[in-house]
Amino acid sequence: MMNFDLTEEQKLLKESARNFLSRECPRDLVRTLEEGKEFPPELWRKMTDLGWTGLIIPGEYGGSGGSFLDLAILFEEIGYHICPGPLFTTVVLGALPVMAWGTPEQKEDILPKIAGGERIMTLAVDEPGAYRRASSITAKASTAGDGFVIDGTKLFVPDADRADLLLCAARTGADEEEITLFIVEKDAPGITITPLQTLAGDRQFEVVFNGVPVKKERILGEPDRAWPIIEDIHRKATVILCAEMIGGAQAVMDMSLEYARERTQFNRPIGSFQAIQHHFANMLADISGSRYLFLKAAWKISEGRDASMDAAMAKARVGEAYRRVTILGHQIFGGIGFTKEHDMYLYHERSMTGDLKFGGADLHRARVAEELGL
Amino acid sequence: MNFDFSEEERSFRREVEEFAKAELPPDWDEKALYWPAGYGTLPGLEEEFKEFHDELLLKLGKRGWLSIGWPSEYGGMNSMVKHAILDDVMSYHRAPPGDVSTAIGGPTIAKVASDEMKREWLPRIARGELRFWLGYSEPNAGSDLASIKTRAVDDGDDFVVNGQKIWSSGAHIADYAWLLAKTDPGAPKYRGETIMLVDNRSPGITIRPLENICGIHSFNEVFFDDVRVPKKNVVGNVNQGFYSVMLALQYERLFVGVGAFRRILDELVAYVKETKSNGRLLADDALVRNKLASMAIEIEVVSGFYWRTAWLMDQGTIPDLESSMLKLFGTELSRTLAGVAMEILGPAGQLKRGSKWAPLRGLVNLGYMDSVSGPIGAGTSEVQRGIIATRGLGLPRK
Repeated sequence: MMNFDLTEEQKLLKESARNFLSRECPRDLVRTLEEGKEFPPELWRKMTDLGWTGLIIPGEYGGSGGSFLDLAILFEEIGYHICPGPLFTTVVLGALPVMAWGTPEQKEDILPKIAGGERIMTLAVDEPGAYRRASSITAKASTAGDGFVIDGTKLFVPDADRADLLLCAARTGADEEEITLFIVEKDAPGITITPLQTLAGDRQFEVVFNGVPVKKERILGEPDRAWPIIEDIHRKATVILCAEMIGGAQAVMDMSLEYARERTQFNRPIGSFQAIQHHFANMLADISGSRYLFLKAAWKISEGRDASMDAAMAKARVGEAYRRVTILGHQIFGGIGFTKEHDMYLYHERSMTGDLKFGGADLHRARVAEELGL
Repeated sequence: MNFDFSEEERSFRREVEEFAKAELPPDWDEKALYWPAGYGTLPGLEEEFKEFHDELLLKLGKRGWLSIGWPSEYGGMNSMVKHAILDDVMSYHRAPPGDVSTAIGGPTIAKVASDEMKREWLPRIARGELRFWLGYSEPNAGSDLASIKTRAVDDGDDFVVNGQKIWSSGAHIADYAWLLAKTDPGAPKYRGETIMLVDNRSPGITIRPLENICGIHSFNEVFFDDVRVPKKNVVGNVNQGFYSVMLALQYERLFVGVGAFRRILDELVAYVKETKSNGRLLADDALVRNKLASMAIEIEVVSGFYWRTAWLMDQGTIPDLESSMLKLFGTELSRTLAGVAMEILGPAGQLKRGSKWAPLRGLVNLGYMDSVSGPIGAGTSEVQRGIIATRGLGLPRK
């Protein structure tokens, strides 16, 4: 039975997240974090105390067993406040795959610590010149004793400096998709981590693996069969990223609305000019239409259904919508929005970087085309 | 949150599918016009389809499907979602799901009219016995309906109507005008207008056809010269017609033919899979794939607005904002889609219906011309944006 409302619990989650973040993660903090300051451990602890790290982790592992949709709703608020920090990487790129494919031992070892905020986890898949294709993964895991050693270079690894565990994709066979995922300790010998200078200062890294030893018990899923797992991680990550981006777009619209009501030119609030009103109508239609796509994708994932088409549609559209909305926001703010004193740049950066992460719009449209039977 | 239809709704959809298969003529696909969200190719507005459409309405009425969205006390099923399903399926088949009488007249009468009027008109509308045309626009009052000039003067048991309407879709094949006329010229804006039902056969009515940009006779100019309208034909209260129009517009804006979007997309996908350009299948061209994927995504967005608007109506909410976004987004997409479809067809796109080499029976070509009308009719895109900004987002008017 159709229902476009959030449940009472979800409304509460959304509201409390919004209140918490507007208090604890003001945009001034976001600015300092962009400039390289550490994510405050105190804030991480508070987020943990609110149960965010364990939101979707089952009760038996110390979480609260929420749904994927709940997580998406939380992340819309995180995107609204563009709150950085390792929640996305740890929960979406770490906990979710362990929940889905981990052995009982792996789950027992990792999940309670993630729920408790004691473990940061991240994902190392992309490589130089290689993006979202199994064939282009060249990092190699060779057998050594009863384990493996990994050699290769990974790029765009988020939060690698803070992470305790890296989920690393490496080639274990000659066939295109013979890829294996390893849970690697960040402190293992042979790992070198170098920060990448990125547009949004969002802590992405180059991680070089040089003969890094890993035990075979640390394989996630089956050896040589990790590509579908990576696809699934990416699919879920794109949907959560869409939630973040829609939250950001909503924030841009809200900021611009407030400004358009107050700012006067030619003795009238600029929000009374039709040209400006039409920008807002376009923003709202763009945001509402896109929100439907990611919510539907998130709901399908929650229901355990195939969301390939929905996730691809959402990612293809939301990134571009966020960019369109942000550009209109800039147009409304005029010159002031083009300074570092104003917060618009924070959103502008993320509207672009979000569009690029986990495959840009064209890549996802290519997937939609496949799903259409083309 | 739940994006699924209920089992009952799913079985209703199957029932409508079967109905469409059984009741549409075997050569319907060859004959049917209809560009999604366009107003110039609406199925059933052409004279040659009148008889078929009249019969189809009776059949739909027999099943109770013309009143699905109405409250149950007036013979309805209380479900705008089901109504939307009917429109979705019928528009996929490019067939009319109803008429102005059932889509706009019925629900509005049920909300604002006297009991007597409800008793007289609702059952007839629900049975599909009569058709309305929408008498709003005038040559000098398109979007600004408060400035209409058509006068209805109180004269005993009747009103006497003088004036002119324009862009009157289907006036030539309908039975009654759903007419907005000025009943108190001295009243403040929005307070001196009244809706009344005017029999098309009344003495003093002249209907002059206008051929639209697609070469189709869908709309008209209509002249009223001392036309007498019984007072019992007034819908709701005298001088409160503007309120009823606003109410009716919500229903009107639900009509974007969401199924017709899916249909043309399906046809384009099939077309590129079997058509070669310079020895290569169009379906293998990355640019063509990108364009079609993009259209599929936007059509999914329209569906989101569509189902959400219908659902909100069922929740008892007045979806002012949502129905405007649906109308704005749907009609703008109609135009984009027509452009993209023409680009994909290439030079063959210019071949009209009946041409030997015309792809997809020349429908895209027709749709390209028709898609101009969507963002203009039933309140232009600019009007919708104004509604969204002021009523929806609370921006100042001055």
